Amino acid sequence: MNALPCTIYVSFAGALLALAAGARSNSAARWVALVTAVTSFALTLLVAVNFVPGPGLQTIVDVPWISELGIRYHLAADGISLTLLVLTGLAATVGVLFSWNIEHRVGEFFALYLALIGGVFGVFLSADAFTMFVFYEIAIVPKYFLIANWGSPATREHAAMKLVLYSFAGSALVLAGLLWANAAAIAHGAPSSFALNDLAAAALQFSRGEQIGLFALVFTGFAVLAGMFPFHTWAPTGHVAAPTAASMLLAGVVMKLGAYGCLRVAMPLFPVGLAFWQPTIAALAIIGILYAGFIALVQDDFKFVIGYSSVSHMGFVILGLAAANSTAVAGAVLQMFSHGVIAGLLFAVVGRMVYERTHTRQLAALRALPLHRLLPFAAFTFVLAGLASMGMPGFSGFPAELTILIGVWKTSPTWAIFAGGGILVAAAFTLRAIHVSFFGSTSPVAANAGESTHDDSHHHAYEPITLAEKAGTALLLAATVYIGLKPDVLLDWITPALQSPLMQAALKGGSL
Amino acid sequence: MNYTELLHAMVPEAALVVGALLVLTFDLTFGRRRSLDTRLHTSVVTGTVAVVAAMYGAFSVGLTDSVFGGVLVLDELTMATRLGVLMLSWLTLTLAGSTARLRHPAEFVAIVLLATSGFTLMAAAQQLLVAFVALELASLSLYILAGFDKTKPESAEAALKYFLFGGMSAAFLLFGFSLVYGLTGSIDLPVIATQIAREGLNPLLSLALVMILVAFGFKAAAAPFHLWAPDVYEGAPVSSAALIASASKLAGFALFVRLLWPGFGPAAGSVSTATGSPGWLPIVACISGASLLLGNFAALAQSNVRRLLAYSAIAHAGVMLLGVIAAGDAGLGPLFYYVFTYGIATVGSFGVIAVVERTGPCQKITDLAGLYRRSPLLTGCLAIYLLSLAGIPPLAGFFGKFTVFASALKLGGLAGPAGWLAIAAIALSAIALYYYLVVLKQALVAPPAANASTRIPVPADAAIVLVFAAALIVLLGLFPSFILRIF
Repeated sequence: MNALPCTIYVSFAGALLALAAGARSNSAARWVALVTAVTSFALTLLVAVNFVPGPGLQTIVDVPWISELGIRYHLAADGISLTLLVLTGLAATVGVLFSWNIEHRVGEFFALYLALIGGVFGVFLSADAFTMFVFYEIAIVPKYFLIANWGSPATREHAAMKLVLYSFAGSALVLAGLLWANAAAIAHGAPSSFALNDLAAAALQFSRGEQIGLFALVFTGFAVLAGMFPFHTWAPTGHVAAPTAASMLLAGVVMKLGAYGCLRVAMPLFPVGLAFWQPTIAALAIIGILYAGFIALVQDDFKFVIGYSSVSHMGFVILGLAAANSTAVAGAVLQMFSHGVIAGLLFAVVGRMVYERTHTRQLAALRALPLHRLLPFAAFTFVLAGLASMGMPGFSGFPAELTILIGVWKTSPTWAIFAGGGILVAAAFTLRAIHVSFFGSTSPVAANAGESTHDDSHHHAYEPITLAEKAGTALLLAATVYIGLKPDVLLDWITPALQSPLMQAALKGGSL
Repeated sequence: MNYTELLHAMVPEAALVVGALLVLTFDLTFGRRRSLDTRLHTSVVTGTVAVVAAMYGAFSVGLTDSVFGGVLVLDELTMATRLGVLMLSWLTLTLAGSTARLRHPAEFVAIVLLATSGFTLMAAAQQLLVAFVALELASLSLYILAGFDKTKPESAEAALKYFLFGGMSAAFLLFGFSLVYGLTGSIDLPVIATQIAREGLNPLLSLALVMILVAFGFKAAAAPFHLWAPDVYEGAPVSSAALIASASKLAGFALFVRLLWPGFGPAAGSVSTATGSPGWLPIVACISGASLLLGNFAALAQSNVRRLLAYSAIAHAGVMLLGVIAAGDAGLGPLFYYVFTYGIATVGSFGVIAVVERTGPCQKITDLAGLYRRSPLLTGCLAIYLLSLAGIPPLAGFFGKFTVFASALKLGGLAGPAGWLAIAAIALSAIALYYYLVVLKQALVAPPAANASTRIPVPADAAIVLVFAAALIVLLGLFPSFILRIF
């Protein structure tokens, strides 16, 4: 347990080292990044192996930081945070492997990348709202430069700015909410503190209006980053413009920051607000699932399909949180892990394996290529990832979405029926993407285009899939299959964490 | 009336004035035959010694409630502000020494020292007359500094504009002071406070307060008294602009917050509830709101990096005024922290501009294009300064905003204008991030312009100052208690 904060420090130190190493040689920076990411991943796994699940956050570090405002540097973890820490370590490692081919300003790329990772680790470990907010904002700025510098040239500057301003506006809402909560707590006689426990205790005395307003501010602020409809539009454009590793991180981990904030801060602190807003959030989540799914169905750009599918799958997470019973919330956390892995796989195939070889993401153009013959490994990976994404048994998506739906049914069968429709839409857009991109040239429409000899000679020029890509793919596939077959590994961590008094308050507030 | 006591309390000012005289004397005697470079460096070294001596003096005079019959006060605010402005002046002076190309280096340094002595005196003044004299000593020096580049018409324009606005605001201030004197029969702040507490707010006092707030608005570059700021930031020599934007602001806030809270505190009124109650707080709240809106939105439209910094300064003045409002309850810690760290980040930003300007123009935002390739050091420092101004943790600018907003929200939550302003300021910070990122995009993302020099050499002393300022921003951001504990 005590090793967990080292993930934060190792990442930030690695960022500085990568910057220094990058000034000398590109490969040095790559290796620094890989060693850093693997170290933090190993640390999380090491803790995970010895982890004894229990209710409530287990404090790791708790020292006074800014005593004038009662702010403490308080790090703690429970099963929920551990799940997401392991995911972050995994995504960080795989992301480095998939950015091995970056040649431009390598040191700076990995420095920003590792700074982002460090911020993410920090958020998942914080038990003080101020500490969490600091890490949350540290994770925002690197995203801008990662996308604006290394993204796809046509849209990167616009997309980077849009993404960062959405994130920052969201965090501004959270900041306003936290400061208001602090002021209200003081007005009710509590000492100034930003510890989640203290804020939750003080919030019990807040008026109903305060609870409703505070919940709206904090939940919406975090939900922007989780891609909740109608605040999701940053996600597809950002993911599409970002370099592969950044897309993997954004969809895989950063969107989970938002959902985690909703679960860890908004819901336990303001249960009365949760009860008030619950139907609204569920409705928005269902709209997000279906709307993003239908949009993914008609995209011409391969990466946009994946971008919108992320929004759709994150809708399940938000719906699970909104259902606010222990089954649904456990499913939501499981889905965070599962989607983190699967989205990483999908973006790896589309952004790295396919785009960097074919230099096109247009489905119409990919359709003309016999990609399943040219890039069999990519096709194989994408089919498996697609199946996982659709919720096929044996992959992690299945237990996650099933648990969510069972939990949601307990709260409201209507919600579950609509959300179940979302799974069908997900199957439809995933199958379409698989068909058109990898197996398109066998269809009669594109047969002529694929057969010309000139094209064939050109196709054979694709560089083979590198070892780094294969290693990254193997890691992610192993994770999704392992959790798909044994979801209990994670559920045994998550379910006890939901028994803590804070979480119980949230779940009780949300029982309709 | 004990002159030894007065002299003791004014050791910092004395050190600065002696330093200024030494700089001039040396330059007029031995410096005549030397090269411009030698004269500049000698002056800067002498000036630095004077500033360090003044710092030691400011630190060692200790705390005294009332000096020389209440003319000066040496409290925590005095000591912190004196040390703060001395540090900011030192940063400016060193930057000027390594980057400026001046025809009269000794005069420049001497005037900076005189302005600084005005700042330190402003921090200690507890009597209307001394306050006014200190303010004018600082202002007159700053007018000259703004127009110091005699080869550039923009510099002259900046100085004239600054002088005309400044003279007008000084007239307002003096008129306000005379009304206060007429009403209360005293120029000592403690006496004025007791008189106002006894008599309450009356129309004449309201008029006096409005006039004083006009001068305050000018000094803080707050809307609608901000019009001089963009032109001065753009036209004045970089080091002068840096001093005007940082040390002058810190001293101004120290002076006016002392006038307003300990002096006119009984006539403060209230902005904690929706209706509030009359006094000077509602006016300050209006100025603060206007500055926040105007500064942030006008900055969006700027293509000149210095004008952008000026409009962002106006927006920051809005937050500082919110800190003034909150200072009545929360004390001076948040306000001082905010203004001081803002000053460091601003001096640093101007320092980067000054170094870039050695190899080519640095007016347009696009002049910074490709800075990452031309000088990684400057790029890293600029990123830290601007992200601090934007309020990104763990940099000092973030905690400054955090603590000011927290103290403003404690005034009554969302029930009154103070809370609304805090929420508005938080919302507007997303807009602020946009324009800071526009600058950083040029520095970190855009390729260098074809005709730009490939490499910008950074003089060693400038590099030290820039790195020192950046480190200070990071450290104060991580450990804000270091400053908050003073108050």
